[in-house]
Amino acid sequence: MTTLTLGKAMNEGLRKALENDPKVLVMGEDVGKLGGVFRVTDGLQKDFGEERVIDTPLAESGIVGTAIGLALRGYRPIVEIQFDGFVFPAADQIITQLAKMRMRSLGALSLPVVIRIPCGGGIGAVEHHSESPEAYFTHTPGLRVVTCSNPVDAYTMIQQSVLSPDPVIFFEPKRRYWDKAEVDVESAPSDWTPLHQARIVHPGEHATLLAYGPSVKTCLEAAAADEGRSLEVIDLRSLSPLDIDTVVESVNRTGRCVVVHEAPVFNGFGAELAARITERCFYRLESPVLRVGGFSTPYPPSRNEDDYLPDLDRILDAVDRTFAW
Amino acid sequence: MTIDSVRGAPDTPELAEPELVQLLTPEGERVEHPDYPLDLSAEEVRDLYRDLVIVRRLDLESVALTRQGELGLWPSLLGQEAAQIGSGRALSENDMAFPTYREHGVAWCRGVDHLNMVGLFRGVSHGGWDPAEHNFHLYTVVIGAQTLHATGYAMGVQRDGVVGTPSATATIAYFGDGATSQGDVNESFVFASVFNAPIVFFCQNNQWAISEPLERQSRIPLYQRAQGYGFPGLRVDGNDVFACLAVTRKALENAREGQGPTLIEAFTYRMGAHTTTDDPTRYRLKAEEEAWKLKDPIERVKAYLVRNDYADTGYFDKVEDEAKQLARDLRNRCLSLPDPKPLTMFDHVYAEHHPLMTEEQEQFAAYLASFEEEAK
Repeated sequence: MTTLTLGKAMNEGLRKALENDPKVLVMGEDVGKLGGVFRVTDGLQKDFGEERVIDTPLAESGIVGTAIGLALRGYRPIVEIQFDGFVFPAADQIITQLAKMRMRSLGALSLPVVIRIPCGGGIGAVEHHSESPEAYFTHTPGLRVVTCSNPVDAYTMIQQSVLSPDPVIFFEPKRRYWDKAEVDVESAPSDWTPLHQARIVHPGEHATLLAYGPSVKTCLEAAAADEGRSLEVIDLRSLSPLDIDTVVESVNRTGRCVVVHEAPVFNGFGAELAARITERCFYRLESPVLRVGGFSTPYPPSRNEDDYLPDLDRILDAVDRTFAW
Repeated sequence: MTIDSVRGAPDTPELAEPELVQLLTPEGERVEHPDYPLDLSAEEVRDLYRDLVIVRRLDLESVALTRQGELGLWPSLLGQEAAQIGSGRALSENDMAFPTYREHGVAWCRGVDHLNMVGLFRGVSHGGWDPAEHNFHLYTVVIGAQTLHATGYAMGVQRDGVVGTPSATATIAYFGDGATSQGDVNESFVFASVFNAPIVFFCQNNQWAISEPLERQSRIPLYQRAQGYGFPGLRVDGNDVFACLAVTRKALENAREGQGPTLIEAFTYRMGAHTTTDDPTRYRLKAEEEAWKLKDPIERVKAYLVRNDYADTGYFDKVEDEAKQLARDLRNRCLSLPDPKPLTMFDHVYAEHHPLMTEEQEQFAAYLASFEEEAK
């Protein structure tokens, strides 16, 4: 076991991926000498060379578009988009090109491209550095969308994503980069939780909290703080495909459910969860599925972000409301 | 407000009409160019002529099929045959081509059955051929997006370590004049330039981006853009199949040898509508079309063949008959293309199991089956 921050665990996972397959490439802005603005790719260019860890021109569409071309030539590029709010210049290449190319070729083409995106708020950044754009991508058939919440998942899920023959959007909770945990870097992949499987991270009886990425920790804190009730917390880990069976099993037991994410609630991923849970758990629900998340405003200036982001109190307030129904 | 003030450049000095590489005049006269020697046998010229005639005939048949309601839409290549056959025949087997949606002539050179293109516009698939089998990528509809795929592919070739070796592969990216305004095309130029990627950018400047003339895309001749990115650019007579062959061959060789990218601007003209739903009479003059008709890419090769006694009437008739036969055959095969089965739309979205695909496919299958039950 090694104690690693989430960022360092990402780094170790990327290193393993580069070691295991000479076709794996890392590319993006400042991923080389600098090691990325969060140092996630620290030291990789030194050890694997400029041909495999590529400092690209400053052009997101260009980065993803050329990654597609590299994949067509047999490479497995891991692309870094520097911040969540910078992914939109690459939207056409991701949504229209990368996601659809396999179907357009009737299965002849595989696009094993991983797009890493540091996501979410909470670090006091300027605008466009704190967003949660996951729903744009879960709404796009052809993509797989996953997100890690802790160092162990960071280490394992990035390696599993690189092995996927389908394109994967990989969200990294940037305010959790410095969270530490014990990671077994010698563990065998066969012992890892499958990439698209949700995990109950805190068992409970009275209500289910659904979260992913940065919100998992907040939900765990809420569960610990709730003295009167026993709250179950599920880390979804994968948004597309969604492990709905784990969710349904839990909600059928507890009868109450609160979804938590940083993205705006309206039309957010929680809406999909609420609809599916209603369909599958209708007769077991004691109250409607409630959602806690960002407001329907652009992400506010950082001095307001503590008001915008779902915190422990807003989560417990929603739990209270499911009981008051 | 006058048009000139809209352009904001009333005092820009008139640029001299740029040099154009030409090896065969519209009258069918062979001319030499010091940088592009080209030695073609009579048979090779006859083969080029056959290519040109066949792709024009297949294109015409596709327009007819659209007019008769068999295709949803057709983007005709009429007028651009020489640019496509010249560049397409310059490719060696290992070279990789990334087309737009109008490269039916290049597809022909790469051995892709024209039925695939017809099938795409009939709506039975989004493409369907295996790009690796023909070294011809799928058609790309969003303007300019494929130039980045081509650039990335060329960067992959570099990483394979084959540039400068006998097994080197060049990549060619096709796009039009309108595409040069797209960010992706400009980003491709940047990436290709700074990484010295083995790629040829082949721009068919057909003068019109649907209804917008070239002057709405650029204030300078397009090939001159290359200079700003740091690689060579040149303009070629896009209606001259010899010149297109020669300049593309040279640019591909340079790429394979490690000399990096080249931008070729094939100066041509879209003789037809943008697609069958377009109406060029709303935005351009008949006189312009008539002027370009005199520069027809096929007539000049025919004149050259006759002038040199390389072919006689019997040969021309034979090619005509072959083209007709291929068109007839295309029509028959198009009309018998089966519609895809409803459940196949779930296939190939993902390579590996995706529970949502399975769930929706099964639900839809059960729904469809319920009608069969009712019918019993």
